[in-house]
Amino acid sequence: MAAYIIRRLIQTALILLGISFVTFILLYLVPADPARQIAGRSATAETVENIREQLGLNLPFYEQYLRYLASLLQGDFGRSYLQKTEVSTLIAARLPASLLLMAGAIACELAFGLAMGIVAALRRGSHTDNALMITSFIGVSAPQFVIGILLLYVFAVKLGWFPIGGYGTFVHLVLPSVTLGFLGAGWYSRMMRSSLIDVLRQDYVRTARATGLSRAKVLFRHAMPNAILPIVAMIGIDIGLFMSGIVVVESVFGWPGIGQLAWQAIQRVDIPIIMGVTLVSACAIVLGNLLADLVTPLIDPRIKLR
Amino acid sequence: MNQSHQKEPWKRETNGGADATATTSLAVNDLSVQVATPDGPKLVVDRLSFDLPEGRTLCIAGESGSGKSMTALALMQLLPRPMARIAGGSAMLDGEDLLTLPESRMRQVRGRKIGMIFQEPMTSLNPVLSIGTQLKGAITAHGELAGRAAGARALELLDQVQIPEPRRRLEQYPHELSGGMRQRIVIAMALAQHSKILIADEPTTALDVTVQAQILALIRKLQVDHGIAVMMITHDMGVVAEMADQVLVMKHGRRVEHGSSAEVFDNPREDYTRKLLAAVPRLGEMTGTDAPKRAKGAEAAQAKAADEAPMVEVRDLTVRFDIRGGILQRPVSRVHAVEGISFTVGRGETLSLVGESGCGKSTTGKALLNLIPWQGDVKVNGRSTRGLGAKAMRPVLRDVQMIFQDPYASLDARMRVGDIVAEPLVIHGLAQGSELNERVAYLLERVGLSPDQMRRYPHEFSGGQRQRICIARALSLSPKLIVADESVAALDVSIQAQVLDLLQDIQDETGISYLFISHDMAVVEQISHRVAVMYMGRFVEMGSRRHIFENPQHSYTKKLIEAVPVADPHRPRRDFVAKAEDLPSPVHPLDYVPPQTRVRDLGGRHLVWEVEG
Repeated sequence: MAAYIIRRLIQTALILLGISFVTFILLYLVPADPARQIAGRSATAETVENIREQLGLNLPFYEQYLRYLASLLQGDFGRSYLQKTEVSTLIAARLPASLLLMAGAIACELAFGLAMGIVAALRRGSHTDNALMITSFIGVSAPQFVIGILLLYVFAVKLGWFPIGGYGTFVHLVLPSVTLGFLGAGWYSRMMRSSLIDVLRQDYVRTARATGLSRAKVLFRHAMPNAILPIVAMIGIDIGLFMSGIVVVESVFGWPGIGQLAWQAIQRVDIPIIMGVTLVSACAIVLGNLLADLVTPLIDPRIKLR
Repeated sequence: MNQSHQKEPWKRETNGGADATATTSLAVNDLSVQVATPDGPKLVVDRLSFDLPEGRTLCIAGESGSGKSMTALALMQLLPRPMARIAGGSAMLDGEDLLTLPESRMRQVRGRKIGMIFQEPMTSLNPVLSIGTQLKGAITAHGELAGRAAGARALELLDQVQIPEPRRRLEQYPHELSGGMRQRIVIAMALAQHSKILIADEPTTALDVTVQAQILALIRKLQVDHGIAVMMITHDMGVVAEMADQVLVMKHGRRVEHGSSAEVFDNPREDYTRKLLAAVPRLGEMTGTDAPKRAKGAEAAQAKAADEAPMVEVRDLTVRFDIRGGILQRPVSRVHAVEGISFTVGRGETLSLVGESGCGKSTTGKALLNLIPWQGDVKVNGRSTRGLGAKAMRPVLRDVQMIFQDPYASLDARMRVGDIVAEPLVIHGLAQGSELNERVAYLLERVGLSPDQMRRYPHEFSGGQRQRICIARALSLSPKLIVADESVAALDVSIQAQVLDLLQDIQDETGISYLFISHDMAVVEQISHRVAVMYMGRFVEMGSRRHIFENPQHSYTKKLIEAVPVADPHRPRRDFVAKAEDLPSPVHPLDYVPPQTRVRDLGGRHLVWEVEG
């Protein structure tokens, strides 16, 4: 077990190295000039050149990357070009809000997704099943900004149940979480449905029924632990999907998380922030997967980590 | 006629004398089950009637598709819905009709009045729940016992089904137990609530013969100890003879014949029953002959085999698989699958490898085709195959082909049958155009199919026909050796007999050699010139068919032969085996040195291996 975790963490480090390299190349190739952005439109060519030199942007690519990597290994993400603040400070200030939003979204996904999936599987082929699957299809295919704006219009503007945006209390959390969770709920309900239908067909469910167990016990004690396994693996991957969703949803609802930070940085070509946010998200994805892989053997004793 | 037949007092052959007073515990009348098919509803059980007398065993026998499993599931209201439904009839138990009970009442019947065990011990237990959780779940399903009492009952049950170390088993998970152990757990679950009826649906079909013998004896013992009525569903007439007081033979959902075990075996009244019994390979029916059942000119072939260089020569074949672990994924232990075996297969000869699951017989077959890494020496048709890559192996593979067990999984469902058979010829660039077509047509005809079926897809064929397609594909390169890995194990007996005949005819005609891998002693007796018995990756005995079956020397060979159920109800039933036995594990630490064996030559190429010391 310990050996497994150590091996996975080594892999994680290599993955992050790769991601930092690829992101760095992409940002290097972007046809926007960060020095020009910093200096402003009215600045002279000389000023721009000065800034470029100051930030080391005139160095060859590999040297820029190696410098970045060297400070990264010391835990230094660099300073924002425009805000003149440490990137790590900026991210640390924003991260709790994003994690809170993510937790809310996962709760929504699981609550809606699993409930819909279970009901659909138990009533397979019925109108209820069809209605639920159409709903999930909408969840999967509708863009998040559309869902977000629709929810805002109905529940915040028209009904006034929730605030239009902002951060602070539980009611602020509801609409962004639902928006972000709606997509995942669509996926999870489909997955849960097919997984549960498959499990309910298994011999061991028949065995359990043959001993006279009630339907509820057969469902929750025998079928669910098996049916939930693919969902657990999915949650790990899902954290990656959140990262793209968070950028959109945080902008729609004015949620002060790292999504918004990234959005602003991209508009201004603030490379250190973009790099920092990318690496933090990559970390979250890899750790999410690791967590899912560590939870799976707790449910399924056949899986041994080695 | 139905009625009078049912009311006949049953003669009881075993258990001491006639007994006409057995009362009926379950009375089934005109049971019909309907299944929805693409062509509309179809009756898979058609007005079936029978009584299950108290404390007795009724065997329902029939080939696949006869509706025997559907009958069992219908009685428990466990039919796969919405595909199948009960279309009529009644099943009276204690004054209630099981077929019309609502689910909540039916739940009281399941487990309490009727326990059920199923065919696949590998899948009939929940993989993520411990044995203890599942067993206690069955004990407390209706809430009579709880907590400590349930734990005590669980231990008592495990003891009844003869499981060693019951306390430890409660903590274990299904995947940590062997098939035989799992089936014992399922039996314990079925009996957890003292049910008086046990429905067993092919309970030993997936098990090895020696384990099968143990489980059948266990069911008989539990039946006597607790006065349970057993309804056993099986395709195996040997198992029927071993277990039944009464036999009901089914075909296409209908009753063909119903009578006491002795009546049905000694004086079958219906043609179908006679055919079914005739198709069963009986161990010992070849006694006194040397050649396989249908072999022609056998002596000539044998003489030829002795003269020429052997088709296959295997020396010290060893196959080990590493199990990796740790941070660097280095080997931590090793599976010793095959451990230093040597044999030859002569031209026109059939050598059978026989043994129980996990003994290494399939691994040996795969090594012969270089499908897995191995050590030792293998010569095919005089050519050494050691270290040959995929490309260098190709010409060798023209001489060696393989037929697998599962005719459903071994044909690509998206390819036309003609293309499947033609593929090897295309790969080796041996034929094209009309020549290819003609060759495929010939091959299909050769295995008893019609050439105009070439454009059809595998799903349009039955299991037996698919196995014929597999044989046609294997024959397409005109190989000199076919490795047949459990090639008839998944087929019904009548189909199995036809496929075995086909293989033998092809051998008579072409002088092909077979390496026939099987767990079924009776089939092996019919088809082999020579037999090698495998146990834990080694040979324990090898010799001619007569040597092995008429003069077995090794204790394991004897045990295997004795364990085969014999289709003769008059044979004394075997004694109960007191404790469950399991095969030892083939996984060993890296520094493990396999024990030395000493070979004893009894003359006439009859060899027996014994572990030294």
